[in-house]
Amino acid sequence: MAKQAEKKNLESPADLEQYYRDMLFIRHFEEKCNVAYRQGKAGGYMHVYIGMEALAVGWMHSIRKGHDNVITAYRDHAHALLLGTDPVAVMAEIMGRKAGTAGGKGGSMHIYDPKNGMFGGWGIVGGHIPLGAGLAFASKYREDDKVTLNFMGDGAANQGVVFETFNMASLYELPCIFIIENNEFAMGTRLEYHAADTELWKRGAPFGIKSERVDGMDALQMKKDAQRIVDWVRKEQKPYLVEVMTYRYSGHGAADNDRQLYRTKEEEAENLKRDPIKRLEAVLIERNIANEEKLEAIDAEIQEIVEKIYAEADASPFPDVEEVYDNIYSDMTVEQGH
Amino acid sequence: MAGSIEMTYREALHKSMLEEMDKNADVFLMGEDIGRYEGTFKVTKGLFPKYGHRRVIDTPITEAGFAGIATGAAMAGLRPIVEFMTMSFSILAMDQIINHTAKVHYMTNGEVKCPIVFRGPGGAAKQLSAQHSHSMEGWYAHVPGLKVVCPATPADIYGMMKTAIDDDNPVIVYENPGLYTVKGIVPDDPEFKIPFGKAQILREGKDLSLIGYSRMTHVNLATAELLAKEGIEAEVVDVRSLLPLDTETIYASVRKTHRAVVVYEDWRSGGFGAEIASRIGEDCFDDLDAPVIRVGGLNVPMPYARVLELQCIPDENDVLAAVHKLK
Ligand SMILES: Cc1ncc(C[n+]2csc(CCOP(=O)(O)OP(=O)(O)O)c2C)c(N)n1
Ligand SMILES: [Mg+2]
Repeated sequence: MAKQAEKKNLESPADLEQYYRDMLFIRHFEEKCNVAYRQGKAGGYMHVYIGMEALAVGWMHSIRKGHDNVITAYRDHAHALLLGTDPVAVMAEIMGRKAGTAGGKGGSMHIYDPKNGMFGGWGIVGGHIPLGAGLAFASKYREDDKVTLNFMGDGAANQGVVFETFNMASLYELPCIFIIENNEFAMGTRLEYHAADTELWKRGAPFGIKSERVDGMDALQMKKDAQRIVDWVRKEQKPYLVEVMTYRYSGHGAADNDRQLYRTKEEEAENLKRDPIKRLEAVLIERNIANEEKLEAIDAEIQEIVEKIYAEADASPFPDVEEVYDNIYSDMTVEQGH
Repeated sequence: MAGSIEMTYREALHKSMLEEMDKNADVFLMGEDIGRYEGTFKVTKGLFPKYGHRRVIDTPITEAGFAGIATGAAMAGLRPIVEFMTMSFSILAMDQIINHTAKVHYMTNGEVKCPIVFRGPGGAAKQLSAQHSHSMEGWYAHVPGLKVVCPATPADIYGMMKTAIDDDNPVIVYENPGLYTVKGIVPDDPEFKIPFGKAQILREGKDLSLIGYSRMTHVNLATAELLAKEGIEAEVVDVRSLLPLDTETIYASVRKTHRAVVVYEDWRSGGFGAEIASRIGEDCFDDLDAPVIRVGGLNVPMPYARVLELQCIPDENDVLAAVHKLK
């Protein structure tokens, strides 16, 4: 019986392999970002997605890419890459190059690619949540059938403006999915030290928003849940709140060298056992979609792709100094000089 | 007089808070990641183990909320020190600080005091780009009801932080990420205090006055070195306290040198340096041999790429160029 039910939800081998490739690509891309940071080629605040790959992969495979909207905070490389943003442009942005998505002016925290539905890339915790609802407002207004994925961290879910937005999104019935990426930490503060009730999914209820908590460490389950919710919101034209349980393996940001201040090595080791990539690997093998050799070949292939991206981005020039005055307004420039 | 110790700006700030917490049980700290995580810039390191979560309070990322809660606690007589992880995030708390905190004493007709300190680093660090690099001191120094200080040296942060904690009014202690590792001599005296509204002359000179505060004071000192090589003797005025502002010391310097350059990291247009320049223009007109010059940050959102960022922040070459224009 159980087996039968599982079979019914089985996705095609090609799908599974694609999820796997996507997750692995993000993992290696992010590892390379860390290398870039260590080498001084990336700077500022840089936050990678290592450990959380299944989450973004599940959601991005559930929307209509290039049609639907996505907005997130500063931990944003994966969202852009999965939407189809040129990875060289993403890496170039992280390195502050002219060829970057924002011409080198934004950096890692501010990746934008509106053509592919990527609306950032924001650095003020919780600040972009109303903007995401505003994108959904425009969809409602124009009846364009778009759904907006509005990502935030567990820490962001405490900001006042987030609650204001929940209320209005429900009041105006906006097609907006609030996705709390609950990786159990807001920088160095554990969930239980920042949230009075750690079941963050419940925060939709007071506003009449349909809400639930799901597992974000299992790509297949994530994809199923995400698809169901995206379809519901598109059909019902109402908001939804999803708390996705996940874990970040890296420090908060590249500058966080103090993980021991908020979690133990044992805890990290325990959570590594839930590695979403390893988990899907096991499924691929179990279902005879891949064997060890093939997995190794895929890994090598992706590492090579990432190396090429890195090299290409690194070979691209820095912005010209005159560009400092560009794009502050659409129709005028600012007074120049010190 | 007690002896003195060399320490960093960060250590001096830490020591100042620790000593005041020891002296007065009503003093407590509030902010994001300041306790268990020891603070993003490690200013509060060691305070959580010492005082526990009753007096070193880790908050959620809810700047408006905790600024307001701390203000209420101050209205009830406690003496909160609120850390903003960076001053750019204090923008979220501006309604509380400007509409509420700054108005408590006035709107209660002087009956309720609001002894609270808001502190944290503002201005550009390194490649934090457009949302994390704001200079906010001029915004706050615009508000009657607030006091605003921008200490540049370890001794000054040590003494001014103590004065801030002791003050019965809301005080913004404005730091800069580039200052935390600056070293200096600090009096070994727990009672040491620096009164607000007192600028200081950090280098004497007769040819022109370089006027600034916070990290720009160090840029001015470096510029003065360069100018000395050209035979120009610059006087460096460290304003320290924006509100109240010590115009007396500033004017005395200008009356001596007859030339003034005001340097600030904030956007050139409408920054606090413009206020200083305008006052000099109004009150020292007859003493000036040249127009008062402002040197400020470029009027652009802070870009990420280092080449662009460095262009935006005034450095000694920019000040030097301004001085050369004066001649
Ligand atoms: C308004 C504001 N306050 C503080 C910060 C500093 N800060 C950046 S990320 C972060 C933690 C956010 O945690 P969470 O929302 O859980 O997201 P995660 O980093 O775990 O993805 C903090 C405190 C900020 N960027 N904006
Ligand atoms: Mg988190």
